[in-house]
Amino acid sequence: MGLGFTILLLLKGKHYSVLDPKGFIGLRERKLMITATLMSMIVVLPVFIMTVFFAWNYRATNKNAVYKPDWDHNIAIETVWWTVPLILIVILGVMTWQSSYELNPYKPINSTVKPMTIQVVALDWKWLFIYPEQNIATVNYIQFPENTPIDFEITSDAPMNSFWIPQLGGQMYAMAGMRTHLHLLANSLGQFNGSSANISGKGFSGMKFLAVSTTRLDFDKWVQSTKQTPEVLNIEQYQVLAKPSQNIPPSYYGSTDKTIYNWVVMKYMMPNTKMPISKDQNNPTETDNMNHDNMQGMGM
Amino acid sequence: MLANIFGKLTLKAVQHGPIIAVAQLTMLLGVLSAIGLLFYLKRWKWLWKEWLTSLDPKKIGVMYIVVAVGMLLRGTTDAAMMRAQQSMSVGTSNGFLTSDHFQQIFTAHGTIMIFFVAMGLMFGLLNLVVPLMLGSRDVAFPFMNSTSFWLYVGGAVLINLSLVLGQIGATGWLAYPPLSELAYSPGVGVDYWIWSIQIAGIGSLLSGINFIVTILKMRCKGMDLMKMPIFLWTVLGSMSLVAFAFPILTATLAMLSLDRTLGMHFFTSDSGGNAMMYVNLIWAWGHPEVYILILPAFGIFSEVVATFSQKRLFGYKSMVWATAGITVLSFTVWLHHFFTMGAGPNINAFFGIMTMVIAVPTGVKVFNWLFTMNHGRVHFNTPLLWFFGFIATFTLGGVAGVLMSVPAIDFQVHNSLFLVAHFHTMIIGGVVFGYFAGIAYWFPKVFGFKLNEQLGRYAFWCWTIGFLTAFVPLYILGMMGATRRLDHYDASMGWQSLFIVAGVGVLIIGLGIAFQVLQMIVSIKQRKSNLDITGDPWNGRTLEWSTSSPAPFYNFAILPEVHDRDAFWDMKYGSSKSTKSTNYTNYTDISLPKNSSAGIFIATFASLFAFSMVWHIFWLGILGIVGVLVCLIIRLSDDETEYIVSAETIAKNESINLSKKATH
Repeated sequence: MGLGFTILLLLKGKHYSVLDPKGFIGLRERKLMITATLMSMIVVLPVFIMTVFFAWNYRATNKNAVYKPDWDHNIAIETVWWTVPLILIVILGVMTWQSSYELNPYKPINSTVKPMTIQVVALDWKWLFIYPEQNIATVNYIQFPENTPIDFEITSDAPMNSFWIPQLGGQMYAMAGMRTHLHLLANSLGQFNGSSANISGKGFSGMKFLAVSTTRLDFDKWVQSTKQTPEVLNIEQYQVLAKPSQNIPPSYYGSTDKTIYNWVVMKYMMPNTKMPISKDQNNPTETDNMNHDNMQGMGM
Repeated sequence: MLANIFGKLTLKAVQHGPIIAVAQLTMLLGVLSAIGLLFYLKRWKWLWKEWLTSLDPKKIGVMYIVVAVGMLLRGTTDAAMMRAQQSMSVGTSNGFLTSDHFQQIFTAHGTIMIFFVAMGLMFGLLNLVVPLMLGSRDVAFPFMNSTSFWLYVGGAVLINLSLVLGQIGATGWLAYPPLSELAYSPGVGVDYWIWSIQIAGIGSLLSGINFIVTILKMRCKGMDLMKMPIFLWTVLGSMSLVAFAFPILTATLAMLSLDRTLGMHFFTSDSGGNAMMYVNLIWAWGHPEVYILILPAFGIFSEVVATFSQKRLFGYKSMVWATAGITVLSFTVWLHHFFTMGAGPNINAFFGIMTMVIAVPTGVKVFNWLFTMNHGRVHFNTPLLWFFGFIATFTLGGVAGVLMSVPAIDFQVHNSLFLVAHFHTMIIGGVVFGYFAGIAYWFPKVFGFKLNEQLGRYAFWCWTIGFLTAFVPLYILGMMGATRRLDHYDASMGWQSLFIVAGVGVLIIGLGIAFQVLQMIVSIKQRKSNLDITGDPWNGRTLEWSTSSPAPFYNFAILPEVHDRDAFWDMKYGSSKSTKSTNYTNYTDISLPKNSSAGIFIATFASLFAFSMVWHIFWLGILGIVGVLVCLIIRLSDDETEYIVSAETIAKNESINLSKKATH
């Protein structure tokens, strides 16, 4: 009792990011979580009740209970506990199949608002975000307009990481030489914590970032002010940034070399990929068709 | 020149901070005092003859459990240090561990708990029980059995050595590349990790083959497959998984070591390597590994529930099919460990659904256990208490497991503390509680006296309450978005109080372990009052209870013949077509395997080879390989590996046991 009370006290006023989603995907993931838990109770509750009842009623000291030492099977009862869980699993299986498609992180989110792309590079030990459409870049900070579908294009120039913003829903691995996708949408304004969920070395715990959802107007303002930043993310700056460093505060680049993201992905695929030439900013090398962009066809 | 002789090994390898220095000193003192004690008591010869070189599976089983308990103490210390760090390292404070040291600790914790505690306890129990339950005198390959054990010890020594000389990897217990590749982990830590589990893993593979053959070929007369106790079915399932899964581990580790030692590119980021292949392979071993551990625990619960309900196991055929189903299905789910790696919805949904399907045979088992109690006579001894602890925790862990098997949900809980809480629920609530039940249950058969019941209960309650206190907060932290393996977090997250509660939980579990140690000491001291004279302390059902306690070195004076699934129950109460071995007086000579030290030497040379691969001492590597081969050739050329126990000796021994029973 005391233990339960202490736990309740501890839980007061906490923030349950997974259970308090502010994003389209996260909301549906929570709904699924609750449905599946309730369905499991159909099996779990009888187990608990029977455990207590059988153990108590058939305790050795209870001489009134009927003792049948050789009673060891009953086709009807056994059929029930093969079939009931099986039916539950069939229902849950259908839900799984459907939700795997609906909430497929690679699937663009339906919306009347034009989607936006943010490219994500996991580095030792910080997150680099490139906004190809806005031509800016940030470190350990992202801002985006609410109700806008966002396509996170994720890669790594470091060990494997996992890109996760719990309140928006879902996470996706960031891997060198690979490009994974995660589509998210924030339903409301707010500041959300993001982090890496996969151990990547010494500075792993510090790989945190802030994801801020604002109005379209505020977002545009923010882009404009960021563009005033003198720093340019070109290949030289990238290589300075890519050097291992820990717990670094947010920073901003007023303009970027658009070819950097592809170069980061491709340099592992083709060792002799040339470094992009900084001047040629408006003509990205198209290497998309050659990388492992879309894994959805894998093995199927 | 001298530098080259020892490869990369220099004096620097022993120099660490004060915390590790304490650990080094403790280990050194422990080893020295053990050696000193053996000299003082003049027990070297006894140790060598009676234990170390013995091929008796009961003794090998005891040695497995002793080593595993030692490793449990170390693994729990690691756990306590992790929670202590996480309770302190908030906001401006950085705790008492560096991030690198913290990461080494959780790597060691996971590796030790799975490979050297859970596997050790499992093989220990198998060695103690399987031959006895089969009505057999030994395992199929006694010498290979001893070699397996010593390879396991070799691995355990190596991973402990990493604390004294060098370090362990800071990569997590499955060492995902590219983090575990030379580019990001240039030290010897990952190499220690690779080679300690490589050596122990080969031992496990050999054991797996050994027990498969033992069960298939060495059952006593009349015990056809559908008359085997369920425990043996679960062992057969588990060992089949060992035989199929461990080669994958061996090959994967070999490829990673080729990457690291010879600069190859199986799993590197560049030059065509693919880390995703490693992740697939390691889980193609790793998921079956979970079932390798849990299946024998299911088997133990099946025996324990039937025995302490004084009733036949309910739904035997269902149990056999459920066991077989779990065995097969466990190879079809590995991808659920990485739904977040970018596979499409078809693949994710398939592996998610296969994972859920496993819940069906597992559920069937639970219902069968409950109905075994229905219309039984339930005695609440410690083994059964562990079963109740298992039901309470495992069911909740199962719900968490079903949740995570839905890919769309998994995206939100993967690699969070929710996941950590889930698998600890399965491993502690399922595997560990199961093995503790088995140890309490079979202890009198091995040592001839029962464990102290009172202290056993205290240990049980500490473990159960401690477990809940340690892991319920982690489920909640997962829901708060806390990822695993964090050595530091911001105060604004509001996680600290829950981490402190979890830390208290570890302390309560530690108290439980203390009670178990105390239980062992008190039970040995008071053994005279807890003697098991009949050989059947629990009114048992299976063959191991038909022989005297402690079981004689030949197990059965006359091999039993069975007519019923619960063979010994049938001998006691049945229409008794079964023969009760002790009623015979016409004993015959028995041939048993002689002691052999070859296993120790093979494992020593194999460990030297592993050590040399860690430090790149190549002459030692060659010595190691040649040593293994020479030992094998010598042992395999020996034609006289068995000795005869004469019928008179057996008659004398059996009459002592019988007279003990008579005077009781």
